[in-house]
Amino acid sequence: MARVFKLGDSVSTDAIIPGRYNVTTDPDALRRGCLVEARPDFVETVRSGDVIVAGRNFGCGSSREHAPMAIKQNGVAAVIAASFARIFYRNAVNIGLSVIRCGSLHDAVEDGDDIDVDPRNAVINAGGRTFDGDPPSGVALRIIEAGSLVDLIRQGGWAALEEEVHVS
Amino acid sequence: MGTLTEELFARRLGRRVAAGDTVVAEVDCAMAHDVTGPLAIAAFRSLGLPLWDATRTVFTFDHVMPANTVAAAELHALIRAFAAEHGITNVFAEGICHQVMVEKGFIQPGGLVVGADSHSTTYGALGCFSTGLGSTDIGVVFATGRTWFRIPETISVDVRGELSPGVVAKDVALHVIRRLGADAADYCAVEWSGEAVRAMSVDSRLTLCNLSVDFGAKAGLIEPDATTFEYVGGTPFELRAVRPVYAMRIEVDATSIVPQVAVHPAIDNVHDIDDVAGTPLDEVFIGSCTNGRLEDLAVVAGAFAGQQVHPRTRTVIVPASRRVYLDALAAGYIETFARAGALVLNPGCGPCLGRQHGVVAPRENVLSTSNRNYPGRMGSPDARIFLASPAVAAASALAGEIAGPGRTA
Repeated sequence: MARVFKLGDSVSTDAIIPGRYNVTTDPDALRRGCLVEARPDFVETVRSGDVIVAGRNFGCGSSREHAPMAIKQNGVAAVIAASFARIFYRNAVNIGLSVIRCGSLHDAVEDGDDIDVDPRNAVINAGGRTFDGDPPSGVALRIIEAGSLVDLIRQGGWAALEEEVHVS
Repeated sequence: MGTLTEELFARRLGRRVAAGDTVVAEVDCAMAHDVTGPLAIAAFRSLGLPLWDATRTVFTFDHVMPANTVAAAELHALIRAFAAEHGITNVFAEGICHQVMVEKGFIQPGGLVVGADSHSTTYGALGCFSTGLGSTDIGVVFATGRTWFRIPETISVDVRGELSPGVVAKDVALHVIRRLGADAADYCAVEWSGEAVRAMSVDSRLTLCNLSVDFGAKAGLIEPDATTFEYVGGTPFELRAVRPVYAMRIEVDATSIVPQVAVHPAIDNVHDIDDVAGTPLDEVFIGSCTNGRLEDLAVVAGAFAGQQVHPRTRTVIVPASRRVYLDALAAGYIETFARAGALVLNPGCGPCLGRQHGVVAPRENVLSTSNRNYPGRMGSPDARIFLASPAVAAASALAGEIAGPGRTA
């Protein structure tokens, strides 16, 4: 069973991967630097499929894509937060890290709780209760369906988004 | 008809757009720096497409410049090799990306620019819609020249009246963040207007739009006016909000604002200067994309003339760019700083992100003119970071403790 790693509000990308740890593009080095000061037990104890549950404004601050990469490299199945900072959310979608907005979950779970998540439908089961997050929609959904932004562009360029947008 | 954002995208796309629409648009240029560039290059390479336009691709070296480790030097070399391979000549190692982008003329009123750095909101000060993206998005722009935008709702901030002496754009921004909260403008554009904003120099306007991202904004915008066109040159044109519908409107009484300090560990933990005055300081950092411009350095030079910084307070000054450095040199500011006992470092991001010179130790207090006071941002997570204006930073460096402008302990 997947477990909850519970974090607070306004977890910045500096907290996810401090500036002193992101002078690299090596995925394994980023994995080791993930939450190294904010949650020093994280890298040692996280298991593939575990879930980060956070409060408001997750991923605020720097645009560093190293942050969602570091989380993804630890095998995290999804980050569920009451809200996400814009660039972090977009970066996570672009690289295929599941991110789910759900306002009611944070107060209802504790660190270490069992949790089960269906990212595509944003349905979360924890503590015998079911929570509905906001399922991805629009361009984000198209990117998720393609796998990543790079995959979407490879599969048809911006024309692949014709149904979502007016391509100028 | 609409907000500045809607008007700007309508000009660009040749049709009406409204908040909530999603569009794909070609940008004027795309910037990445020494931290975000390597991942953008990796994304670009994985697409297997040719470069969109070498003349509209910009790389800057600023976050770790000059390189302080072999790993950083390797990333710099990777970017230089990529630029050489693709004939990209817009490669700059002469200051902070956002200042260099403005100085080199990449930013024009009515423009549309993206950068692989969150503070790319800065360029809205010149009436250009600009926003920060991650590396993969920028790598895709390198290949296609385009990206997608959801047209954001807008928060209007109307700053009425005149600012008091010693109160500057930084204080206005911190005051607004204090009122609204650190995520209040998430996914929104912020339009700064009103008498106090109209009276501001371009340097000050850049500070306001820079700090817009620090309460979540996708863009910060100021309607271009005579001040804008005098700065950028070219033929003036009208880009103004026309019967806009705002998601939120707030009014700020400029006359009531006193110097503000954002106290560790959050940008919205803002206090009046008197609440924190007297806090001893181990380091003062004056610089960054928020407050490292000539106007900022002029304030500090004025305070430091004939004075010495307090012996317990390391004072680090970093001009935002080579041009700012040269102008400060010509004005005599650099000599004033050196004679006052401050350390003047090379143009770039400096100590702001804890990656190079000026790293702070556990339990140290640092007052910075930059934009982020997250734990660990400038070094040890057990250091405390205070954010304030250059005027407060200068007075505090002399006093060895947090002090208001015009006063020394």
